[in-house]
Amino acid sequence: MSLCEAEKTFILHGVEENFRNDGRERSQYRPMELETNIVAHAFGSARLRLANTDVLVAVKIEVDVPTIDQPSEGKIEFFVDCSANATPDFEGRGGEDLAMEIMNSLTNAYKSTKAFNLSKLCILKGRKCWKLMVDILLLECGGNLYDAVSLAVKAALWHTEIPRVLSVNLDGNNVELEVSEKIHDCIKLDVTSAPIMVTISKIGEHCVVDPSSAEEQCATAAVVVAISQNRFTTILQTGSGSLHPNTLIESLTLGSQIASQLDTALIEVLQQKSGEKPIGFLL
Amino acid sequence: MLPKINIRLAENRVNTSVAVNQRVPKIFTPGEIISEQKEFMRGHGTYEEDVYLKASVAGVKEQVNKLVSIRPLKSRYNGEIGDVVVGRITEVQQKRWRVDTNSRLDSILLLSSVNLPGGELRRRCAEDEHMMRQYLQEGDLISAEVQNVFSDGSLSLHTRSFKYGKLSQGVMIKVFPSLIKRSKTHFHNLPVGASIILGNNGFIWISSTVSNEEDNVGGFVQNLEEVVPRTDRETIGRLRNCILALAQSKIMLYDTSILYAYEESLKYNVADLLIPEAMVDISILTQHKLNLSENA
Repeated sequence: MSLCEAEKTFILHGVEENFRNDGRERSQYRPMELETNIVAHAFGSARLRLANTDVLVAVKIEVDVPTIDQPSEGKIEFFVDCSANATPDFEGRGGEDLAMEIMNSLTNAYKSTKAFNLSKLCILKGRKCWKLMVDILLLECGGNLYDAVSLAVKAALWHTEIPRVLSVNLDGNNVELEVSEKIHDCIKLDVTSAPIMVTISKIGEHCVVDPSSAEEQCATAAVVVAISQNRFTTILQTGSGSLHPNTLIESLTLGSQIASQLDTALIEVLQQKSGEKPIGFLL
Repeated sequence: MLPKINIRLAENRVNTSVAVNQRVPKIFTPGEIISEQKEFMRGHGTYEEDVYLKASVAGVKEQVNKLVSIRPLKSRYNGEIGDVVVGRITEVQQKRWRVDTNSRLDSILLLSSVNLPGGELRRRCAEDEHMMRQYLQEGDLISAEVQNVFSDGSLSLHTRSFKYGKLSQGVMIKVFPSLIKRSKTHFHNLPVGASIILGNNGFIWISSTVSNEEDNVGGFVQNLEEVVPRTDRETIGRLRNCILALAQSKIMLYDTSILYAYEESLKYNVADLLIPEAMVDISILTQHKLNLSENA
């Protein structure tokens, strides 16, 4: 879907006026809906819907061997799948570039130990560790993918439960793990400092958060910042345009403010007692 | 001060249904058994498997004597001659444009079925063919009328009237085609200071009211210089959110229902109309008002 010049002009003037097409201000987010633990066979899962953007995230766990560089750390891997249901552009290998971009940005954002502490995932130094495999499925694209994905990932990790390891036996070269037999005897991950990504698009002369897909088409450039506890973990620029240094600084400040606000809002929701009433996708 | 961010759990989702004392018909899901095959004939939206007649789409059952069909809740637009549609140009070809009208196949707008600028009746020459992209290019929005339906279901459009043509500054929103109520006119100049085109294909165009009708030259001009004033912009934004609220609650869309929703929405900020509670509130109030005016 491409917009015509007149529609773009309309959006552009709206952003200048601080009154966007749906009535939002430049720094205003659309309402979101979150559902957790909806994939029964995953260790933790979440689905986030932000207007027309729909993201499903599931976390799986595997026992793996730690890398030689970080013998006392676990692993985390991201995988993004662009469903062709989201947009016809994703058909075949169409979504691969986007998927790769999101994957890389997430990997970078979670790299810092201050953002996400992997040492808790270590079972036996140098020999065994847990590997978290975070699968992200894009079900619908309505703009602002990065933010939605990062929020959904954080929510899924929040609810991820790792089986408790009771004892580790070394038998020669073999490592035997004894995992608690009780299903509910699990360890929850501490993800309060997991990074949140915020996209700031530059439309005309102004910076806008949470762009809709129409607004994304009008943006000359966009900066994605990943922020964990008021610290930047990753910054990447998307789009073809360039940014003036002042605009960059402005968008980074705005990004960090929005991220901390998003983080508080998300954690508030995650702490709410969730009843066992599955909603799923059927409206 | 930044505006508040609203995240909610799915289980706190508000019920968008506004059906009061109305019987909700049974909805068949794809693969669901409708009946034993022998007694009924297979209609649209159904298929035979083993000895059963099953639904192939999600929808409600419709029966004419022995013919059973399932009418889908959501479907693409099935055009009929005379329908007003809003569409987006997807391709410029030889002597014709391809238009996305939310149908299964792209619609076609022939160069010979548009009013070219400067004179209504003149021959289309080779020059015109070369100029086609200057009249309408990819991405442009048009309003048009269905002239013909081809055997494969694709549509042929025409814009041979001053009311049709290229659309300028405004907002397009998409709703289910089944929600657009068919009426005499689909062009409305609302008294609140905006115009809407309710395309039968579920595309709705909202713009500020055009006053200068006289210098309209076949509808191929876009005024990109003009800045839509803030008040008009608010009206357009409010109408957009109201229509989406009504569409979410599956209320039929026509001038009266949209105006009622607009009136009811005035107690909210435009941006607050994105919040589900506000959307349902407006839908309920609108439905109530519609019921009252129907009974009166």
